[in-house]
Amino acid sequence: MKTMLAIISNALCRMTGRNAGAQTVSEGARVVVSRSFADFTPQATFDIKKCDLHRLEEGPPLKAELTRDQGLQYYRTMQTVRRMELKADQLYKQKIIRGFCHLYDGQEACAAGIEASINPTDHLITAYRAHGYTYTRGVSIKEILAELTGRKGGVAKGKGGSMHMYAPHFYGGNGIVGAQVPLGAGIALACQYQGNDQLCVTLYGDGAANQGQLFESFNMAALWKLPCIFICENNKYGMGTSVERASASTDYYKRGDFIPGIRVDGMDVLCVREATKFAADHCRSGKGPIIMELQTYRYHGHSMSDPGVSYRTREEIQEVRTKSDPISMLKERMLSNNMASVEEFKEIDVDIRKQVEEAAQFATSDPEPPLEDLCNHIFCNNPPLEVRGTNPWSKLKSVSKT
Amino acid sequence: MAASLRCFLRSGKVTVTVRDALNQAMDEELERDERVFLMGEEVAQYDGAYKVSRGLWKKYGDKRIIDTPISEVRRRHAGLRPICEFMTFNFSMQAIDQVINSAAKTCYMSAGLQAVPIVFRGPNGASAGVAAQHSQCFAAWYAHCPGLKVVSPWNSEDAKGLLKSAIRDDNPVVFLENELLYGVPFEMSEEAQSKDFTIPIGKAKVERAGTHVTLVSHSRYVGYCLDAAAVLTKEGIECEVINLRTIRPMDVESIEASLMKTNHLVTVEGGWPQFGVGAEICARIMEGPAFNYLDSPVTRVTGVDIPMPYAKILEDHSLPQIKDIIFSVKKTLNV
Repeated sequence: MKTMLAIISNALCRMTGRNAGAQTVSEGARVVVSRSFADFTPQATFDIKKCDLHRLEEGPPLKAELTRDQGLQYYRTMQTVRRMELKADQLYKQKIIRGFCHLYDGQEACAAGIEASINPTDHLITAYRAHGYTYTRGVSIKEILAELTGRKGGVAKGKGGSMHMYAPHFYGGNGIVGAQVPLGAGIALACQYQGNDQLCVTLYGDGAANQGQLFESFNMAALWKLPCIFICENNKYGMGTSVERASASTDYYKRGDFIPGIRVDGMDVLCVREATKFAADHCRSGKGPIIMELQTYRYHGHSMSDPGVSYRTREEIQEVRTKSDPISMLKERMLSNNMASVEEFKEIDVDIRKQVEEAAQFATSDPEPPLEDLCNHIFCNNPPLEVRGTNPWSKLKSVSKT
Repeated sequence: MAASLRCFLRSGKVTVTVRDALNQAMDEELERDERVFLMGEEVAQYDGAYKVSRGLWKKYGDKRIIDTPISEVRRRHAGLRPICEFMTFNFSMQAIDQVINSAAKTCYMSAGLQAVPIVFRGPNGASAGVAAQHSQCFAAWYAHCPGLKVVSPWNSEDAKGLLKSAIRDDNPVVFLENELLYGVPFEMSEEAQSKDFTIPIGKAKVERAGTHVTLVSHSRYVGYCLDAAAVLTKEGIECEVINLRTIRPMDVESIEASLMKTNHLVTVEGGWPQFGVGAEICARIMEGPAFNYLDSPVTRVTGVDIPMPYAKILEDHSLPQIKDIIFSVKKTLNV
């Protein structure tokens, strides 16, 4: 139908001699008549779900504005994360990735929405389901996949693996459930100490929400009014335990007690964006911490060793995929508002597939880290030291490059 | 009086308690680098549970000296250089996951991208009458882990010089103090009084030269070893006393050099024997060139392998006494 309209529209352009403007006709669009950009709606306003509020008089707005460029960017980000995670799934099944691998597909709107509303100079820390955030915080697909496959081209030179990837203003990637939350509060303390108007986004899951150290962090963050956005990504299951079986209260946005909270539709990137903007303003204005609960869903099991169907039904997973997929939702919104064409999305998909494929190629062909690297980076800015190997005659060298 | 005054003027030495030495170290480093700050229970308005941070809050204020709620200190501080005080290291067990998994391992896991320039300090080991849950020595626990530096000062110069080095180090340092030493005055040389005085982490010090036996110790028991040496010298036994100063990385070379001279080695520590500092020294000596110089097996003098009892007589017998060191030296020398 849309292609039909495109053909008619362009034919009309030619007939009326209307200047269609600069066009780039890509490979994939050669056989299809592409529409001029002047035909697309540059900006539209969408209704978004109202957020439940805790200790707040007002919440995020009920409407979100989206420009064409933003929409395409969010789409690209989410689709990249999706394809990257699916590629990781494939590589894991081929045994090229080993150990832990916790995939993020289904939750893309969270990472994309958050990044859309904070600055690159803000800080972010999360738990082990971290590949999406590693990407949105600036690490290339290549470096992420190569870290998963344990190669020297990985972002942590193959030393960290899935749960230990880092970037400027991104503190991983943390394996111990809940441990990242006190760290995040500490980063917020540093922001306050340095008076740099930055904030820290500290993420955790519905499982970690029952950890004691979170409540210690809430106490200190509220006491000292730290610029910290605590975000609970509630994907309904802590490993194989549903939220109803784990938590006396599943209102995670209220668990901060004296800290105000918002419950957000985590499958809608615009909802996440508006809520995060609201939260960021709250923090930056000196009001102290705030909690966001993002209601989201993961398609994969807890990790690659979990098929994910012994504690939930396939029907449930399928229902979320068909009714609430974050990428489909955004795409449909844009298409039905004439903000982009099907071909454009296809082009983006093709481009992303190509990038992910190239990254996977790199990740499978790049050599493993050299053995000389085994003992390096135990310390930072340290003179070289000797490290005991597996036996007394094995004396290994450790250097720390800055 | 006049004699000591003359001595003072001649040598420039002053007497400083360990507490004041630690205080001076922190004061100087807080002044030198505004990224340094201190946090812990009661460090600010209370002047420190053991008064180690006395006066610092008045001087530097709320921003640099932070009272924390009872919540063992565990924070990542992007770009800052925190000193985290544990009221005692027994409480550090609550935060030990952060010390090991978030602090110690991070530089390695990130291949050098993420440094953790943090100092964890506080009293370690037995005190007096504080019973089982407040008396454990954590030297062996922390020294087991790569990615940490573990320091254990004895006297005031150690305390000041090593704490300054620890604060300036870009890596996580576990700084094990001793509550019973806080109030003990030691001489401090003129050099040590300077604001730039630091002692390198990873180097031991020979506190007393000797020829018959090497005594290796850390923290409070260095003093006990010197006392034992003073008694033994009357019987013609000359002990060389080594103050480890750093547990990890351990200066094994200094121990070996001494052992190759004396042919006998006795380790002295307050911690439990199994998997402890002395055990590590034994293993390292066996693996190195000094083994062939041993005329008898290494002897370990340690705390008794029990939780610390409360009653004074029991507590006294749970830890090495000077007579235990003397006894062990004589057994080692077979005299």
